[in-house]
Amino acid sequence: MLRAIPKFIDERTGMISAIRHFLDEDIPASAGWHQVLGSVALFAFLLQIFTGFLLALNYAPTPGEAWDSLRYIVTQVAAGSIIRAMHHWGASLMIIVVVLHMAQTFLWGAYKKPREATWIAGVLLLLLTLAFGLSGYLLTWDNRAYWGTIVTTRIMGLAPGGSVLLRMLGAEGGGIGRVAFARFYAAHVTLLPLLTLGLIVLHVYLVRKHGVTPAPGDELLAKKKFFPEQVFRDTVAIFVWCVALGFMVALVKVPLGRIADPTDTSYVPRPEWYFLFLFQFLKFFQGPLEVFGAVVLPGIAVAALALMPFIDRSAVVKIQRRFAAISVACVAALGWTALTATAVATTPRQPDEDGTVEAAAWQRIPASQLAGIGVFRRENCSNCHTPGRSQPAPDLTAIVVDKDANWMKNHFKTLSDMEIGALVQLLTKRTDDTTEACLKAPDEAVRGAMIYHANQCSSCHTLNGEGGDVGPVLNGLRLRHDREWVKAHFSAPDKFTPGSEMPAFNFNPDDLERITNYVMSIPKL
Amino acid sequence: MSTPQTTRRSFYLYTINLLTGLVAVAAAIPTAVYLLLRPKSRDATNWIEITDLSRLRVGQPEEIVYNRKRTDGWRRVEEKTSAWLVQTRENSVVAYNPACTHLGCAYHWDASSAEFECPCHGSVFSIDGKVTAGPAPRPLDRYPSRIQGGAVFINPESPKESA
Repeated sequence: MLRAIPKFIDERTGMISAIRHFLDEDIPASAGWHQVLGSVALFAFLLQIFTGFLLALNYAPTPGEAWDSLRYIVTQVAAGSIIRAMHHWGASLMIIVVVLHMAQTFLWGAYKKPREATWIAGVLLLLLTLAFGLSGYLLTWDNRAYWGTIVTTRIMGLAPGGSVLLRMLGAEGGGIGRVAFARFYAAHVTLLPLLTLGLIVLHVYLVRKHGVTPAPGDELLAKKKFFPEQVFRDTVAIFVWCVALGFMVALVKVPLGRIADPTDTSYVPRPEWYFLFLFQFLKFFQGPLEVFGAVVLPGIAVAALALMPFIDRSAVVKIQRRFAAISVACVAALGWTALTATAVATTPRQPDEDGTVEAAAWQRIPASQLAGIGVFRRENCSNCHTPGRSQPAPDLTAIVVDKDANWMKNHFKTLSDMEIGALVQLLTKRTDDTTEACLKAPDEAVRGAMIYHANQCSSCHTLNGEGGDVGPVLNGLRLRHDREWVKAHFSAPDKFTPGSEMPAFNFNPDDLERITNYVMSIPKL
Repeated sequence: MSTPQTTRRSFYLYTINLLTGLVAVAAAIPTAVYLLLRPKSRDATNWIEITDLSRLRVGQPEEIVYNRKRTDGWRRVEEKTSAWLVQTRENSVVAYNPACTHLGCAYHWDASSAEFECPCHGSVFSIDGKVTAGPAPRPLDRYPSRIQGGAVFINPESPKESA
């Protein structure tokens, strides 16, 4: 009965015979483990399509909202961070496999006549893979994505006809906006996959047409069958690749930074790791020479790669006799490694807030308002002003108080001007954040804010949009200094920052802890 | 009848099937979780004040339009929505989800027949939400509601409770 089903299908579609026929390929006796990489690359590509489709189910392809939806995927959707990590690390591991596949083909001389077209299709597939990386890089819409893509498009602009290319990408005029984003997304999910699939079909067709490249002397030996021996090797290689992917997904967190901020001039963009060598290479070319490093030389390199079968026309394929090819491959590998290592070593440590952690309401409101919450709590105002009830006195967390400062002075009588000031800030500038903070702000943070407010830190420093500009903005202080530095800095600012105008503050140990914890807890906006 | 060739071949086939199966299962598990489990919600259930009790009359349903904040995927949205309120006694109200329980059309109150009527497929509900005619499979869905300080609060996040 079960046996009848394949027969039924095959008689009507011929598909099973076709698959049999496809697997029944003759391969040279020398075929072996070195020829599994193409299958792994194909599998990696299909997995990228699959995980990419899954991500698209929860993704909004517009600037700003893209980041919101990605954060939703990694923080709220079940297994969302796993699917995203599979797509992210899958891309990196696919690049590695594609490059290894090319290196193997190169070293074994498999590009030689009559396989030139197969090789050129392969080079185009490598370029398409890189284009996937480039277009996908923007789609997270964090600072890394935004600034990295700004630099990439500027480099494209240097090429001859670059301005036309930028117009097509919607990135004319130096910025990346809605139009450019839509086009990067469209390229990433429609154009590039279709081109890649088409070229893969051509590539595999050509491999079948010419047969797997035999080793010298193979011609005389009996042929083997592709199935099952080589299929077994391919499957094992794909499995090993999947295990590597599994390790990356499980062990290495994929970052999502803060949402892209076109005004954040402090951000130093770096490309994805597989483009770092180009980034470093570009540093050798300054001023008018830049176009050479950015466009001319990489263009020549790609052209030379594509035309390799016509440059190296000798018939020698025995790997032991391919000194030149081996030397070229070694120099390329060494150069790539050296450039990448230099780029990594010279990349400044650039801590950023984790975009997946949402700041609590109390971390977003100005210190004076948080201090006001402290006064509110200490004076037990909520005994009468009960949240959720308008009796016996109004719920101050739910209304905007329209009394003026004099009225409050009278109402509060016993409080100091400083404390009244804090309450005025809290009660007259009510937002959803202050309401939430009233209910949820931890006591230690509130006390820290009270110290901050009592010492008038905001006359020089800005925190959450409130304060002066004599000293540096304190949002994101934790990215710039460690806790011990901040703690020690209070008592002797001059020592840490020569020429600092900040007066010394000698807090008692408890207060020092509190204010340090408080300022260190306020994230970069 | 196992020769070295046939054992090798069956080892190949066995390994191909095993590893393919493992990879398929490893991919299928996160995919199933991703597609089938509900995303974590960041919403607490919200009681919303939608009107004053003084605007209602016993036995006279009112469609109350109100604003509510809701999490829609990755976005917090504020949107206009409505509920049918029926004051049953002096200090008691019932709030109905404004969608017909048949296929979700908006029904309305017909004052002459004193019934809720759905224009789509002719479902009719009495003032207490019971189906009196038409294809509706169950009474109107109710929102939890309460009266506090002269105002009517409803909790539209949990619309499943039936009349």
